[in-house]
Amino acid sequence: MTEKKHWLGRVYLVFAFALLYLPIFYLIFYSFSTGKSMSNFKGFTFSHYQTLFSDSRLIVIVLDTLIVAVLSSLVATIIGTMGALGIYRVQNKHWRNLILSLNNILMVSPDVIIGASFLILFTALGVTLGFGSVLVSHIAFSIPIVVLLVLPRLREMDATMIDAARDLGANSWQILSQVILPFILPSVFSGYFMAFTYSLDDFAVTFFVTGNGFATLSVEIYSRARQGINLEINALSALMFVFSIVLIVGYYFINHYTQSRRIKRQRGGAYLK
Amino acid sequence: MKKVTTLTKTNRLPYFSLYFLWIGLFVIAPVALIVYQSFFGIDHSLTLNNYRTYLSSSVYLRMTFNSFWFAFLITALTLAISYPTAYFLTKLEHRQLWILLIILPTWINLLLKAYAFIGIFSQSGSVNNFLTFIGVGPQQLLFTNTSFILVAAYIQIPFMILPIYNSLVDIDPAIINASHDLGANNFQTLWRVIFPMSINGVRSGVQAVFIPSLSLFMITRLIGGNKVITLGTAIEEHFMTTMNWGMGSTIGVVLIIIMFITMALTAGGRKGKAKS
Repeated sequence: MTEKKHWLGRVYLVFAFALLYLPIFYLIFYSFSTGKSMSNFKGFTFSHYQTLFSDSRLIVIVLDTLIVAVLSSLVATIIGTMGALGIYRVQNKHWRNLILSLNNILMVSPDVIIGASFLILFTALGVTLGFGSVLVSHIAFSIPIVVLLVLPRLREMDATMIDAARDLGANSWQILSQVILPFILPSVFSGYFMAFTYSLDDFAVTFFVTGNGFATLSVEIYSRARQGINLEINALSALMFVFSIVLIVGYYFINHYTQSRRIKRQRGGAYLK
Repeated sequence: MKKVTTLTKTNRLPYFSLYFLWIGLFVIAPVALIVYQSFFGIDHSLTLNNYRTYLSSSVYLRMTFNSFWFAFLITALTLAISYPTAYFLTKLEHRQLWILLIILPTWINLLLKAYAFIGIFSQSGSVNNFLTFIGVGPQQLLFTNTSFILVAAYIQIPFMILPIYNSLVDIDPAIINASHDLGANNFQTLWRVIFPMSINGVRSGVQAVFIPSLSLFMITRLIGGNKVITLGTAIEEHFMTTMNWGMGSTIGVVLIIIMFITMALTAGGRKGKAKS
């Protein structure tokens, strides 16, 4: 009975994984094709990669995308960690739940709503659309995931450690920098990584608040894909696939040190925002 | 004792200052602004016309219904593929590694995945080559409702698998053994024991898939041509093309209301979440 079931399960899993990965490999496969479309693989070539590396407009966009990702995730991590430290100290259960509900609004809102409402906000405040508005939006939608990753780690902390530090004469800054921060650091790093990937992945919010002069990689891929197939995008996606693998290995390497299993749970429902 | 109270009270404020600024400016203000904007016509006058138009126009109502129907089909298809996957994954060894492989595709830009299907579904793409090979002949696949549903489901499968997997892994094997000992066959165990115990995972998965399915405007644009209009597509159209922000915000408010209804319907018992 169990033998047969395992066999069936294996076959089904092969089907599921093929379904998940075939489109991605299909994309990468044709990045090496000499043809012009994603069919009839003719000959092997690196020419699309050469075009990619000599496309100065695209290289500028890649750099801009990385700058936005690095800066936004850094600021989001700082504000999110401070928020988590604040929420940790709130004793009143109702207040804490209220703050957490507000925190989670941006996690569950559809991207179009976030994008459209941020666009109204920036227009109302008279902010010019461009690098600044994209950066601020990315900071804004990355903060909640940092809070959600850091808070459980804070709850795991033994409160007697803080009492001990205080009894030994540490002031509040010393308690924060020498007791609390070292303990929560792994989750802070996880938060930084998640914020970083949120920023890299985002299309819809950026699309609304980017204006005319500034583009991130997602926005650029969208406008190019609307014009049809261009194997340069395939080459780009191959490089981004490799980059994603490097990132996810890095993330799990860091995550390995955090004992909390919660993180993976959060990711399930939270990712699409 | 006095020292303790001052520590907790005064220290909270500096922590919260920036965080509360964020909540005020980027959580509360945007929601308030989108509601506020929905009461303005295209000529910037205060009016209820947007809601009147929305509720009396068969175009908008049919669009909303279609969007709902598409989201339902996408969610159902995703669930049908994901539940068995999650179930069989729990039977494997090295589960951490396999789950990592489920998560990996989510780290690949959504637009690149959609773009891949432009190639796969195109006139000379591999699906049409296969159809020609088996004698059906090439079909128009791209820019159809079916292609939109398939691609949207493809993109969301991992987000359905993960919560279901998490709830399945939490089930105590002793309960399944007990079910077998009490004479239940495999199907009865699955349907009467395992499925009810994983219902929270299914709920989170449905929530994680259904709400974005209403709003994935880039997929409708790239894969559905301009034939598929979802709530998200309509909002994007009103904000970026016709510049009728009032109507766009009205549809946005409708989407927010549907989002809250979906969350209320899928929230139910949260017992399984306590483990850390």
